[in-house]
Parts: sequence; C-alpha cells; structure tokens
Amino acid sequence: MQHQPSFSPIRCALALAVFLFAAASSAFADGPQATPSIFAPAASPAHEIYSLSLFVLAITGAIFVAVASLLVYAVVRFRGGKEARHEPPQIYGSMQVELAWTVIPIIIVLVLFLTTTRVIFAVQNGAEPESALDVVVIGHQFWWEFRYPKLGIVTANELHIPVSSKLEPQPTFLRLISADVDHSFWVPQLSGKTDLIPNHPNQMWIEPETPGLYLGQCAQFCGMEHAKMLIRVYVDTDQQFAAWVKEQQQPAADVAAAAAGRQVFETEACMNCHTIAGTAARGTVGPDLTHLMSRATIASGTVLNTPQNLHAWIQDPNNFKPGALMPAMQLTDQQLDQVVAYLTTLH
Amino acid sequence: MADQTVPLGNSLGAAYPSSGTFLEWLHSWVVTVDHKKLGILYIAYGLFFLLVAGAEAMVIRYQLAFPNNHFVSPEAYNQIFTMHGTTMVFLAGMPIIFGLANYMVPLMIGARDMAFPRLNAFSFWLTAFGGLLLYFSFIGGFGLYGMGNAPDAGWFAYAPLTGSAFSPGHSMDYWALALIVAGFGTLGTAINIVATTLSMRCRGMTLTRMPLFVWLMLIVSAMTLLTITPLTAAQVMLLLDRYLGAHFFDAQAGGAPMLWIHFFWIFGHPEVYVLVLPAFAIANEVIPVFSRKAIFGYPAMVAASAGIGFVSFTVWAHHMFTVGMSWVGNTFFVLSTMVVGIFTGIKIFNWIATMWGGSIVFATPMLFCIAFVFQMLLAGLTGIMLSVAPWDWQLHNSYFLIAHFHYVLVGVIVIAIFAAFYYWYPKATGRMLSERLGKWHFWLFVIGFHVTFDTMHFVGILGMPRSIYTYQADRGWNTLNLVISLGAFLQGIAVAIFVWNLIYSYFRGQEAGSDPWDAWTLEWATPSPPPAYNFATEPEVRSRRPLWDLKHPSDPDWKYEA
Repeated sequence: MQHQPSFSPIRCALALAVFLFAAASSAFADGPQATPSIFAPAASPAHEIYSLSLFVLAITGAIFVAVASLLVYAVVRFRGGKEARHEPPQIYGSMQVELAWTVIPIIIVLVLFLTTTRVIFAVQNGAEPESALDVVVIGHQFWWEFRYPKLGIVTANELHIPVSSKLEPQPTFLRLISADVDHSFWVPQLSGKTDLIPNHPNQMWIEPETPGLYLGQCAQFCGMEHAKMLIRVYVDTDQQFAAWVKEQQQPAADVAAAAAGRQVFETEACMNCHTIAGTAARGTVGPDLTHLMSRATIASGTVLNTPQNLHAWIQDPNNFKPGALMPAMQLTDQQLDQVVAYLTTLH
Repeated sequence: MADQTVPLGNSLGAAYPSSGTFLEWLHSWVVTVDHKKLGILYIAYGLFFLLVAGAEAMVIRYQLAFPNNHFVSPEAYNQIFTMHGTTMVFLAGMPIIFGLANYMVPLMIGARDMAFPRLNAFSFWLTAFGGLLLYFSFIGGFGLYGMGNAPDAGWFAYAPLTGSAFSPGHSMDYWALALIVAGFGTLGTAINIVATTLSMRCRGMTLTRMPLFVWLMLIVSAMTLLTITPLTAAQVMLLLDRYLGAHFFDAQAGGAPMLWIHFFWIFGHPEVYVLVLPAFAIANEVIPVFSRKAIFGYPAMVAASAGIGFVSFTVWAHHMFTVGMSWVGNTFFVLSTMVVGIFTGIKIFNWIATMWGGSIVFATPMLFCIAFVFQMLLAGLTGIMLSVAPWDWQLHNSYFLIAHFHYVLVGVIVIAIFAAFYYWYPKATGRMLSERLGKWHFWLFVIGFHVTFDTMHFVGILGMPRSIYTYQADRGWNTLNLVISLGAFLQGIAVAIFVWNLIYSYFRGQEAGSDPWDAWTLEWATPSPPPAYNFATEPEVRSRRPLWDLKHPSDPDWKYEA
C-alpha cells in the first residue's frame, strides 16, 4: 500500500497543513498579539488547553491520514473500466473486521477521554489562593463592566490584571454575571470562554505570564451590536498595576476650567445613566466615567478615546455603533464642546 | 434495459391523466394524497427554501468579505443570519429529507402508499404554511425597528433575548408560531413513516431485509417524535412568557434562561442526527450500486445507526461546555459525545469496505458520495476536537464551530442530497439529469466548499467569533474572510448550474427507463415515473436485493443471507 502513487497528494496536503500550523504558531510567539489566536497562549489555562489541543490534533491527524488513505486507495484501485460489465464478487461483511474497527476506536476514545478529564479537572477544581485578585465582570448590551470589590474600583471595557509568576502566583478570578441577556467572555490568548447568563453566576480564572494588551470579544450573540462588544485586557507588571489601582481609587478630577461641562453633565440626562465619583452623577446603566481618560478606547473598544471621537459619540452613538443603547444626546454645539472638555479632564 | 426481466413493473395503463386544463392540473397537486406527489411537493418546497437561504448566505458572505463593510445594516445582518439558519434546518433540510422518505419508503418496501395518506397531505401543508408564516414576518412582523422585521435572535434564540423586554414587536412570535406549525407537520410525517415501515411492507420484506435507506428513515422518524416535542414545548413556554406573563425564561422575574438552553439543545442535538442519518441513508443506497457490490456489514450498519439514535439523546450539553457546568457534567458529556465517533467510524469503514473490491462507476451520484465519505471523515474528526471540553472552551462559538457544523450540514447532508437528486431524479421524472452539467456542478461545488469551509476553521482558531456583522480590520482575519466569501460564491454558481440542470433535463434529458443504474431495490422495478398505484401486483422478496435475485437467478442473495 505504501507505494501507491495515489498517496502523494494526501502527503503533500498533510505536509502543507503541518507547515501552515507551524507557521501559524511560530508567527504568534510569546506575548500579546493583534490576532487573538488560540494557538498563541500567554496564560493559564490557555496554555493547558493548547497542549491538550496539540495532543488531540496529533491523534485525529493520524486517524485522518490512515482513513483518507484507505478511501483514496479504494477509489483509485477499484475504479471500474468503461465497459466492464462483470459484477465483482459479492462480499456481505465480516464479523472479525467489524469487531476490529469497533474495538480500536473504543481504545482511542478511552485515551482521549482520560486525557481530557485530567485537564477539565485541573482547570475547574483548582482552589482559589489567598493572593488571587477578585473581579466581578458584568455583561451589558453591549459593553463590559468590571468591578474590583476588594479595591473599590469600577471601570468598563478595559480590564487591568496583574501578571503572575511561578514564585508569586497571582491569578485573577472572574465572577461572571449578566445585567440583561446572555454574553460570553472570551480572550483567546488568556483562556477559553465562559458565558454570562442571567440568574446563573459563573466563574473563571486567568493566570497570565506575559504583560501586555490582550484582545477578545463577546462570543455569545447578545443583540444588535454584539459584533462591537470588544474586550481589552491589560496584563500589568506589579508596578504598573499598583499605579493603576492608585489612580483608579482617586475621586474624579475637578478642574475649574471644565466646570461648565460638569454642570451640563450634572443637569442633562447624562447623569441618569453614568457615574462620576464625587459628583451628582450616580447612574448605573452605562459605564462608569470617573477615570474615562485612563481608557484607550470608547464604545467598548470600538474607537480610540480621542476628543473628536468623544464628540461624535456623544452627538450620536450611531456614528460608531448603530444600536448602542445610549441615545443621541441632542446637546447644543456649545454644550457638546463643554461636556467633551470636561470629560477629557477625567484622568 | 433490465426492466424487461423484472415483472413487477407491469403498467395498468396511463400513470397520470395527462389531459386537462392548467387549473385541473394545479387542483390535482393541491388535493393529492399520493405519496409520490407529496414527496415531490416536499422536495420542491425544500429546494425553493434552500435557494432562499443560500441567497441569504451570499449576503452574509458579501458583508463579511471585508472588515467594517456596510453592505447591510447590523439589524438586517442579524435578521439574515437568523433566517438563514432557521430556514436551512426547518424549511430546506427537513422538507427535502422527509420528501425523499415520502417518495422512496413506500416504493422500497413494495407498498402502494403511506399508511395514512391524508395525514401525509395534512403534514405537508402544515409545514408549507409554517414556512410562509415565517417569511411573512419580513412584511408583517412589526418589531423593534418598525414594519418588516424578521426574527433576529439567532436560530438558537437564546433567552432572555427573545423575551418581550429585549425583542418587542412580533418578530419572535412569527418565529415561535411558524416553528410550532411546521413542527406539527414534521411530527405527522414522522408518525406516518414509522407506521408505514412497520405495517406496510410487502410479502417477504422482513425488518432484516429492508433496504438500509428505509431502516434509517425509520430510526430518523422515531427520533423526530422525541426531538421535536421539547422544541414545541419550549416555544409554547416562550409564548406564555411573552403574552401571559409566565416567567420560564424571564430573568428579571426570576426565570431561568439556562432552561431554554437545555430545552433547545435537547431538541437541537438529536435534530442534527435527524438531518444527517438520511444523508447516511442515501449513501447506503448509492455507494453499493455504483461499487457494484452489496453493502458491507448490513447488520453493523443498522446497529450503528440505532446506536447513534440512542446516544444522540445523551449528548445535548456538549453544546453547553461554556455555560458553567460542574466538572462531572462536563466529563459525562465529553464521553457520551466521543461514543458517537465510534458508531460513525463503523459506518465510514463499512462504506470504504463496500467500495473495496468493487468496480466503481464514477457517475455523478457516486462522485457526490465519495466526497460525502471524505467530508464525513473530516467533520467527524473536528467533532472529536470539539468534544474535548477544554478545547471547546476556546472553539465554541468561534468560526471553527461554524466550519464544523457546515461541514456536516453542507459537506455531508447537502452533498448527499445532491447525490440523491442525481440518483432518483430519473425515477421521479423518467429522464436522466445531464452528466456533463452534473460534473460541472460537482467539481465547482466541492472546490468551492473546501475553499470556504476549510479556511473557516483557521479564522476560528485565530479568534473570530460567530454571529458578528463585522469585524475590526487589525485582527488578521481579512484575507481569510475574503477567501471564504470567494468560495461561497463558487458554490453559488455550482448550485445555479444544478438548478439549470433540473429544468433543462426535465424537458431535454435522456429517457431513463425504469432502471437506469442497474440497481437492486424495489423502486427500480416500477416504471419511471411510477404509476399512482406503484406496483401492479404486490411484490414478494426473498432478500435485501430483490432485483439482484431477479437479474442473477443462478446466484441470488438469499442463498447467502442468514
């Protein structure tokens, strides 16, 4: 069988596939990537999942090569001639052969099952260490709220967590709840996804190895702007994280020059939905804006957080994200300029 | 051809009265209770919706061909992908499959019609009106965005997005009601097929002599009875939530959205096998005939199919590895899902063994079936990957998952349906489909299929989730998505050739005769198209291949079958 010429296309295809996979995984070496590949893990449990997936790929790849070769061989070897009208010998079956191709798959399934169970157990049954950071993740249509109950921090769409090391493990435990409909938290380089389901609190953990910015997005259809419910996770060094925590724990900046904008914010509908700590605005429907300027993006990662984009967003969120639940604010041009000026002071 | 040697096909006169006005002709189709006409109605209806949902897929692929594309708005995109999925499963896949069963099962078991011909007609018209009701939502469903609002919560319609708080208007009502109506039609047909196979078989046709096609349709119909029921129950609960203030899924009032997920997949997973077993059934008929050999391991094939039927009811939560189950739940569903792979493996090996030692004829039906086996192998292996729960935490709801289930639904089921068209079209119309157009159709479709769905696996591995109307330009998904879309358009061209072939060959096709493929099951003993009464005299069979016995009187099958 090995010398059939029909094997070479399969071999070529396989070599190509191996090459593609190798290229894909080596192109995305360690650390954060613009492309959130599951084959570029930078944290536990993404690493454990990646190792398991390579094992499963090897087994399924071997099965594919064996069975596809049999198929190609059968098709090429037993092709009928144009006018061959002799019926071939009729064979109705064979108990021994059936038994063989039942038992071998059973053994393969057992191996796969036991390997899988080990990883499930390792990921789901780890106890939460004392040093772990707790974050409550609340899914909203169509943005993310992050609460750090022990640190007294509330922020949105951009999650900051500390890097963890073997010597000083510092995993982050996420409690996942939903404010409205089903969502799913997925940052492929850090971990698999876990759903946020109303009345069904969930939990997952991440133990990141390399600092940097990791991208992800909502992975459960949640309505009109599901596509623009992006996630940015900043894995900080210990110093960066401590500085970020300190900054976030400050009350909102109060710059006299922006007082007019603050007054617009506190007297128009803005305050019904948004919170700015230390002001009259205590709404909980939309993202907390206390330290808005510490975030790189607005509209859940859709556009960069620049004064121009803020201006366009407040004028009409449909400019970036048609279907976002924030209404067009109907402010005058002057009010708009004042509010943007105020918001840009909220570092 | 071989029909002279086969005495069963004696004609008692004209098959159908051919005279009459257009209205009389139309009337004869509307009031018909003939299983063959109803089968054709089912298939024509399913084919129409296959084209509609295919056109929706083209819109989806054009939108996703480029990042930040604005070909359709987000609300239109969400409606289109919801309707694409719902239509393909309920209005294209199920009707074509039940149409095939309707047409073939009585002929294959030597019966004159289904057990309940009027129920049969009733079931078809329920399904037909269900589909019309669903599509009427594009005109009449007053929804969140105004008049003309189709359902837009995904074909899985996870609560509470479907509740009145998040889906005001009537689009979800159209969805729920249409599927309830169509579901009752499906149940009627399933009851009918079970009753027909159990009670209408001709003399000598014991259960172990039934063609495998009939066996699998029996299993599929029995499964349908169990699987459509929870879906209908869930739809009723949804409507109660929306109109009578029940709180099954309404999270704000303490309901459990998890309940919908369980109900949906207790329906949804067996539903996959309801769709895929008929594809196996088609291959079980086509592969032996074009390999010129009896099917290898008939009892094993029946057992494996029944095994898949049973196990399919214990695997639903493998769609739910990410909802936060305990590790016990996760491991159970990993194991039960992997067991499906054992049964599927048996089938693939038996198909290859059937070809082994045969004399393979590469007619278009066989080409599609060879592609079918190859793609079933790949779909099964990606299924094993997805059954590995930790890996599924990554792959679930990514484009890898979309690629996997389109491998099953297109690469296995639609491909097998194409094989069935090329194989049985001569029986139903009396004319052969053009082999030349058929080969164009086959090669364009298979190449387009692989360009699209092979590439889709990679974009999923690179982190692209499903159900998004657009994506960021800097994610590294641009080229792959363009390739996927180009493959989709290639498949669209192939399907256009197929439709042209159906029309062209109806008028210009070569005369088929009663048995163009030199086949072995009873439907080939009747004229093409068969007369209303199917068989002039009741056939009597002594083996699984009655026509083989007649054609080879010196070496009949019944000598070898235990």
